[in-house]
Amino acid sequence: MAGGATSYLPHLNAMAGGLFLLAAFAIVATRQMLACLRWFVAQAFLLAASASVIAIGEGSGHLAAVAVITVATKAVAMPWLLRRSVRGEIYARREISQVLNIPTSLLLAAALTLLAGALAYPVATLGTGPFVAVNLPVGLAGLFLGAYTVAVRREAVSQLLGLLAMENGAFFVAVAIASDLPFIAELTVAFDVLVVTLVIGLLTRRIHERVGGTSVGLLAALRER
Amino acid sequence: MEERILYNLLQVAVVVGFAPLAEGVLNRLKEIVQSKCGPSVFQPYRDIWKLLKKDQVISDQSTWIFRAAPYVAFVAPVFVTLLIPVLTRYPLFFAFMGDMLGGGFVLALGGFFVALAAVDSGNPYGPMGASRTRMVGFLAEPVFMIVFFTVSFVAGSTIPYIVQTVWVSPLSNFFAPSHVLAVLAFFMLILAEDARLPVDSPSGHFELAMIGKSKSLEYSGRGAALMKWAGAMKLLVLVTIFLNVLVTPWGLAGTMSVGDVLLAVPLVLVKVFLFLVVLVVIESSLAKLRLFRITEFLTAAFVTSVVAVATSASGL
Repeated sequence: MAGGATSYLPHLNAMAGGLFLLAAFAIVATRQMLACLRWFVAQAFLLAASASVIAIGEGSGHLAAVAVITVATKAVAMPWLLRRSVRGEIYARREISQVLNIPTSLLLAAALTLLAGALAYPVATLGTGPFVAVNLPVGLAGLFLGAYTVAVRREAVSQLLGLLAMENGAFFVAVAIASDLPFIAELTVAFDVLVVTLVIGLLTRRIHERVGGTSVGLLAALRER
Repeated sequence: MEERILYNLLQVAVVVGFAPLAEGVLNRLKEIVQSKCGPSVFQPYRDIWKLLKKDQVISDQSTWIFRAAPYVAFVAPVFVTLLIPVLTRYPLFFAFMGDMLGGGFVLALGGFFVALAAVDSGNPYGPMGASRTRMVGFLAEPVFMIVFFTVSFVAGSTIPYIVQTVWVSPLSNFFAPSHVLAVLAFFMLILAEDARLPVDSPSGHFELAMIGKSKSLEYSGRGAALMKWAGAMKLLVLVTIFLNVLVTPWGLAGTMSVGDVLLAVPLVLVKVFLFLVVLVVIESSLAKLRLFRITEFLTAAFVTSVVAVATSASGL
């Protein structure tokens, strides 16, 4: 952090972090499937932004590759796959039903964020650098908010988005902590995302064919034929 | 000392004089987006001038509140203008008469009188709009407070002139997540407070769906002119606070010379114009929310501001 230009990097990273958190909130708050998907893409872009800022800050080529892979898989390939595999579902069903109403969800989400901040605080203040101090609490909050989304949504596709948002959060921490992740690990994780999307997409399609909807919240009990 | 008083009055004159123009430009831009020609940008001035010359009709069932409300609504933004930085970077004569919360309360007083007058008029649509405005108002109030506490917590002061310099010196403060989030929350608040889309449709003429405009339906003549002018000024004051205190405190006069202060007028107007372009894009691309979805919009603003506080308190 010697030059004048690099001293802006922690702040740029912090801004990406703040907006990342906002995108995570937006995924919790949006009712419409397509808007939810767009916010997820925005979140992936912010993850890539943070990764590239840290890549410049630490001079790490691996992180630059992470940024490129993130954009390629999560912002381009994943939405494309999702639209292909569950086409009708993502366009036809406008509103996502969820267990709690939106204001309550948002307040709970704010509480989860504060919890994440409190949990990350001891580690983030160990003197691990300005990037970890931002990325650890924000990423942890992203993880919690993704898990929360999975818990309250009743629709399969939006649960998938929650799952992938969790993955985004975990990655957001990872880019700051492990700046020299082996390249093969990055590629594996990236392909995992696509495989998960494809599997859940196809499963959703099957569920839709059998049950006539994707409200997995209704599939709580077994039924004898 | 005389200069400071003079400049203070000058900035009131600027806000009072250019508020209808801002509204006219906003309307014109919106019409252009809708592929219409639209009225001239000076149409609000003509409307106000015409209404000022006309006779007033006042219901004999109404009380003094109905008659006083336009004046209170008109004076409230004028008072707030005395407190906020419109043209200069340094504090003017009345700057320490009240802080940002004080300004917020003065604006709220105007809104309160307008709501009372709407109930007083006896028109069934008036109280409906008034109660809806109160609903939006009490949800917006905590956001307002928290945003101001966030920005003053970092600045160590609630006087807007002092707050504005903190966020740009050094420039990296501008990118702090708490700043970005507070700006977003305040922007959502402007949309709600000024009854803009997606909270309310300002160009709607359907009384049952109105939130903001239904309160001045009963006014005619001078009262209507003052209400219209007051609405335009309120928007301009909110936008000025947003631009000059929170987002872009550039282009303001730094010295006491008359030339610098006069040069700040077009610069501020350019900033306001850019803000109006953003506002038009938002208003043209969003649909109005259902009444009970407004809570979600404002809860989102609230959560954004709370996260802003949390990040600024944890020192990010």
